[in-house]
Amino acid sequence: METIIVALGSGLVEAVQPLNLFMIFAGCLAGLFVGCMPGLGSVNGVAILLPVTFLVPPTTAIIFLAALYYGAMYGGAISSITLGIPGASTAVATVFDGRPMAQAGKADKALMAAAIASFIGGTVSIILFTLFAPPLAAFALKFGPQEEFALMLLAFATFIGLGGDDIPKTIFSILLGLVLAAVGFDIISGKPRLIFFDMVEFQRGIGFLVLAIGVYGIGEMLWTLETTKGSVQMHKVNTGWKKIKENFKDIKLYINSTWLGSFLGFFVGTLPAAGATPAALMSYGLSKTFSKDPDSYGKGNIAGVAAPEAANNAASTGSMLPMITLGIPGSPTTAILLGGMIIWGLRPGPLLFTESPDFVWGLIGSMYVANFVTVILNIALIPLFIRVLAMPFTLLTPIIFVLCVLGVFATTDRMFDTWIMLIIGVAAYFLRKLNYPVAPAVLAIVLGPLAERSLRQSLISSRGDAMTFIERPISLTCILIALALMSYPLVSRFLKRRKAAQAET
Amino acid sequence: MKALKYLVAGASALAITAPAAMAEWQPRKPVEFIIMAGTGGGADQIARLLQGLIQKKDLSPRPFIPINKPGGSGAEALRYLQDKAGDNHTVMMTLNSFYTTPIIQEDLGVDVTEFTPIALMAMDTFLLWVNTDRDDITDVDSYVAAVKEAGLDWKVGGTGSGQEDSVLTAMMEAEFGYDVTYIPFPGGGTVAKNLVGNQIDSTVNNPAEQMEFYRAGNTKPLVQFTGERQAAFPDVPTAKELGIEIEYYMQRSVNGPPGMDPEAVEWYTNLFQTLFDSEEWQGYCKSDGLTCETMLKGEELATFHENQKVAHEKLIAQVGAAAITGE
Repeated sequence: METIIVALGSGLVEAVQPLNLFMIFAGCLAGLFVGCMPGLGSVNGVAILLPVTFLVPPTTAIIFLAALYYGAMYGGAISSITLGIPGASTAVATVFDGRPMAQAGKADKALMAAAIASFIGGTVSIILFTLFAPPLAAFALKFGPQEEFALMLLAFATFIGLGGDDIPKTIFSILLGLVLAAVGFDIISGKPRLIFFDMVEFQRGIGFLVLAIGVYGIGEMLWTLETTKGSVQMHKVNTGWKKIKENFKDIKLYINSTWLGSFLGFFVGTLPAAGATPAALMSYGLSKTFSKDPDSYGKGNIAGVAAPEAANNAASTGSMLPMITLGIPGSPTTAILLGGMIIWGLRPGPLLFTESPDFVWGLIGSMYVANFVTVILNIALIPLFIRVLAMPFTLLTPIIFVLCVLGVFATTDRMFDTWIMLIIGVAAYFLRKLNYPVAPAVLAIVLGPLAERSLRQSLISSRGDAMTFIERPISLTCILIALALMSYPLVSRFLKRRKAAQAET
Repeated sequence: MKALKYLVAGASALAITAPAAMAEWQPRKPVEFIIMAGTGGGADQIARLLQGLIQKKDLSPRPFIPINKPGGSGAEALRYLQDKAGDNHTVMMTLNSFYTTPIIQEDLGVDVTEFTPIALMAMDTFLLWVNTDRDDITDVDSYVAAVKEAGLDWKVGGTGSGQEDSVLTAMMEAEFGYDVTYIPFPGGGTVAKNLVGNQIDSTVNNPAEQMEFYRAGNTKPLVQFTGERQAAFPDVPTAKELGIEIEYYMQRSVNGPPGMDPEAVEWYTNLFQTLFDSEEWQGYCKSDGLTCETMLKGEELATFHENQKVAHEKLIAQVGAAAITGE
């Protein structure tokens, strides 16, 4: 313990050196920009900025990359809230409530909540990382395919809460998502499957961002056009310092969801299979399930912004753990960090903690500082971000449309995907008109492939015996919790109805 | 072969002098550096090292962006590269699934000999690994005994049906006369992690994928499938020494889509030659058991690919495609 404090102390001292501090600022700013541009994404951002890191000493370089990474995580929320387009897949769940809040004229509140939740999520996870990294790494090893599947089942269980009252429609939405996720190459045999109209373009599958931008960018745009008839100007934007201070007080509304997201996000992030996107979605689902007022989720509940934002930040810190101890990056961005490490002659693996303590603790120290700097920068820039919303609707809608098309094309470099995005957008609009919840479909697309892989791996290794999920303690625990979660909304609704019935008589 | 080399050298000397008036081709936008395998595996580590070296040494005016496309044992990546025909801003880090996947998946519609060969960076090797917890397994004989006792309960981890490790696993099944259950994972790094966590019983990983776990004492190699013992593993016997007729290597080459412009090919070839000759790359080869003596390129590499393709067709016919896909 003492050694950890000493090591961390020297890591922190390292992080506040003038050059390092400057690089943290530069990294956070660049990250914010990269994160909020749909399609640019932190992967390209980190890759493009990697050369900068060769001009400075390795520790400074890693500090810069960590700051960039943090900035991008915060930045993803900005376009989710202000434009309704997820800047990165990790920020999809932030759209669910962030966008309705912006439409109701509460974008500043949503951005503030996102910043504070991100900060808490980041801080909690860095502390957990500092204290429990080695035992957690050992725990992550216990996670075989069976446990991964059980965890995915747990995530699916939170869906039931996501769909509102109509469970058949929720299930339809989930199934639709699973079908779309299955397009492309079969993950076990490698054979193409579900290739619509035999078009070879479908062999590469339907990208998650293509779907998310279609559903939330285009679908939402059409919906807003219809409901407002294009006549409404967004709203007056109030951007004083006083307002910011006032917004700070909202924290009590979402603090519980933030804690939930922070712990859950960190834990899910440390598992090599998962990453920040499932963490954010699970956190949203759980927060809704346990909320006193689940019906307000999806309509602009501030806790629905805080939960996924806390989780995606916590998970991105968590995903450093499998990268450092096992050499398996939990996200494409950490994979680039991994590349940087290899060049500096650092080999990730179980020995890195003992052989290169300076590097590991310098990295952790810089995460503390970067987290702090990003939250300050972010809050200071909120007035600038919401200027976007002061634009007239007639101007903003075309901009959103262009950003959706650009965002998809920039990510995949194919017109085919852009068309798919537009088709999905229109389909999502009709689904919404028919009162089908679209969020469960989006979740199914993220989790479907992960669940499928782990299910099939488990069944191959048990030679078809489904008991394998029940025989393993961690897997069994997850499955039991999942079952409890699935029945919770049903039971609570039943109890509520009985209460109401009793009140009537 | 030697005559060919001179011819190639002569031709390229001409090529260098002739178009001097023409502006040299250079990437005008970021280059997609496709990896036909998952993160943390051998190909991934190599690609990320090369990408970093390109930027560190300022060898390209535009960055190289590594993108993993592990789907369908590399089928996703192969299809992607095929669709990029004529594109000068995409190159791919390949492994032996470059040959095996199109053979096993005939409907993929990819012929790798149409791709543009750029540079063979190294020949990688395979070892047989088990967790150090298995005290009962000390050599190949005790390994075979343990596998035979466990039967189909013996789980071998790999990176996908049709991937080179599944070919090697099938070769071992044929040689030792046992049957195992093969579980595919999305990359060599994940396979290594599952071996350390005892989720699988054995694997044939590349040295780079297991090196850190080996140094930490988590896993141990039993046999190497090279002709001679590698410098990194002086105490591990080769299969040949034990009288087992298996010798198998993994190529690590960089290739472009079909129909790349010759100027672009030349630029990439020079780039990878510089990387190949660098101290960093040669050092990496040494520490991770890769063979990097000469870099094959151009026609030589095309011939190499053709030979490898034929060799793999034979190999797959021998062990049977069904043994590899487990169908």
